[in-house]
Amino acid sequence: MLSKGLKRKREEEEKEEALSVDSWWLDQSHPAVAQTPPAVASSSLFDLSVLKLHHSLRQSEPDLRHLVLVVNTLRRIQASMEPTAPLPPVPMPPTAPSVADSLLASSDAGLSASMASLLEDLNHIEDLNQVPQPQADEGPPGRSIGGVPPNLGALDLLGPATGCLLDDGLEGLFEDIDTSMYDSELWLPASEGLKPGPENGPAKEETPELDEAELDYLMDVLVGTQALERPPGPGR
Amino acid sequence: MAGAGGGGCPAGGNDFQWCFSQVKGAVDEDVAEGEVLSLVPSKYNGDQMTGWYGHRITVYHVSLQNKGRAHSRGEYNVYSTFQSHEPEFDYLKSLEIEEKINKIRWLPQQNAAHFLLSTNDKTIKLWKISERDKRAEGYNLKDEDGRLRDPFRITALRVPILKPMDLMVEASPRRIFANAHTYHINSISVNSDHETYLSADDLRINLWHLEITNRSFNIVDIKPANMEELTEVITAAEFHPHQCNVFVYSSSKGTIRLCDMRSSALCDRHAKFFEEPEDPSSRSFFSEIISSISDVKFSHSGRYMMTRDYLSVKVWDLNMEGRPVETHQVHEYLRSKLCSLYENDCIFDKFECCWNGSDSAIMTGSYNNFFRMFDRNTRRDVTLEASRENSKPRASLKPRKVCTGGKRKKDEISVDSLDFNKKILHTAWHPMESIIAVAATNNLYIFQDKIN
Repeated sequence: MLSKGLKRKREEEEKEEALSVDSWWLDQSHPAVAQTPPAVASSSLFDLSVLKLHHSLRQSEPDLRHLVLVVNTLRRIQASMEPTAPLPPVPMPPTAPSVADSLLASSDAGLSASMASLLEDLNHIEDLNQVPQPQADEGPPGRSIGGVPPNLGALDLLGPATGCLLDDGLEGLFEDIDTSMYDSELWLPASEGLKPGPENGPAKEETPELDEAELDYLMDVLVGTQALERPPGPGR
Repeated sequence: MAGAGGGGCPAGGNDFQWCFSQVKGAVDEDVAEGEVLSLVPSKYNGDQMTGWYGHRITVYHVSLQNKGRAHSRGEYNVYSTFQSHEPEFDYLKSLEIEEKINKIRWLPQQNAAHFLLSTNDKTIKLWKISERDKRAEGYNLKDEDGRLRDPFRITALRVPILKPMDLMVEASPRRIFANAHTYHINSISVNSDHETYLSADDLRINLWHLEITNRSFNIVDIKPANMEELTEVITAAEFHPHQCNVFVYSSSKGTIRLCDMRSSALCDRHAKFFEEPEDPSSRSFFSEIISSISDVKFSHSGRYMMTRDYLSVKVWDLNMEGRPVETHQVHEYLRSKLCSLYENDCIFDKFECCWNGSDSAIMTGSYNNFFRMFDRNTRRDVTLEASRENSKPRASLKPRKVCTGGKRKKDEISVDSLDFNKKILHTAWHPMESIIAVAATNNLYIFQDKIN
């Protein structure tokens, strides 16, 4: 997921910044806020939301309400961050801008690095589905590869490594929550030391080597779960 | 209206003076995370109240002996305690279903026994709680210890006699309503016809008949054809107290839909739609989360309904869809802390709310073991605390005040000192008497009004 070293170093600072900067945004007494609603979120709030989203998805049966609320909040934040290149135009307290600058830069770099490794694993899954037609998979494939099964939509979230992560990747998120996916070992572990919420998610999975048997199993699961989408229906 | 809890005046009608009555629950019990004592009174007579803790239900009952004594309306004592649900395994999804109970609702009492519905994430059960204080003796075909007697040895017939025995309270499951919900059940509500009830999960609402367990009718379905388009879930649902064809359900976007079951079999089209327009000056990234409704309750009269969102309680007139008729701030001082509360997930806490018997007052919980009462007539409100320190018999509760900034007065507590792990999610009001119950972590507090 996110590069451990970078995130761990920055974590405390980011969190503090997030709390102070964001509560500044929400401080009703501040003249700038009173007139215009906060235009841009800090990237820390964005990161926090992404963390929450992943943590939520990692549950065996995600709390749908929590998930939907986090996703909608993430959408709002993302919308406010486009275009990402310039810094927030609204005047910020003098101490914040330089720190925010470097935060944005570093977290982008960190995110890109980790996304690349995640996408590598994504390629394995896509390879499986391309069995009749193997595709070249250099570079960030994003959603350009056809035949990606719909249950991988959630992975679209960390889509192509362009500036803005969540272009419309969130649409891919909501399939009928296919829990077999989250049992899959292809998910990278959460960064250690990060606390997305009161429960500390287990973060000890390792990225495995996929062997033949596991690939076959994965194929079965991905194909088989399509049939499991329908809810049981007495009286429907 | 002051958001931080009014001045020294207690609320709740004509100058109530709330004082401590009882506390239930072990003092030093370690609370497993996620296990909180919750409670619901029987809205039919208030003599029964049930608390539940994880999967264990405890029914409290007012002892008849103490009733009628001055200064005491009677004590609630444990009547029965039982485990409602077992952990289950969903083989289809390879998932364990938690036995943790989400909701309990009482049924109206029709005979000596009491019935209640309890639900976990997937399955609803109907429990019968009955007393046995007599035992039959003198059977012809078996001995007192149950051994069968040889029919040829019987020379005379006798009529069995009922003899008193120590009171035994039994809880037995009478119906199990299973396999109707794909998503997590968040509400159950008994209909005023006393024959049907509804169960709601995140995306669907089903209608059941209490006698029929192998069939239910789906009456609301908001699942989109494409789950990628999902943006809203159902958060609570309740039947109207008098009109058996009317129910409401609330959503994570702060809307309430009222449906009439007579209009069509599938009530996807609402008869009424309640939503308050967003205040642009208070918009933030968390606007949607804090507008998500965690509880909806009809007034006893059926004319109003009350909704609880993260920061406020709103009273709606069923005849006016455009905005609530009253808005009461529960803990407005948290508005500037939303980011931290988002980070530690407290912003997702689901608080409930309740009416008093005459619908003149409403009550809801907050953090730091505080709970709030609002008098709708006098417009006064008060913040009270449920704590062991204030728990001397008949000790009056002192109003508490949260200091939002600037100089903190004596006896005030500052926002930053609030304990967000001590949350009161469940409160209950006796339908006829001035008795309230408050569930704080693993303790159940009961308070009475001293004056009336």
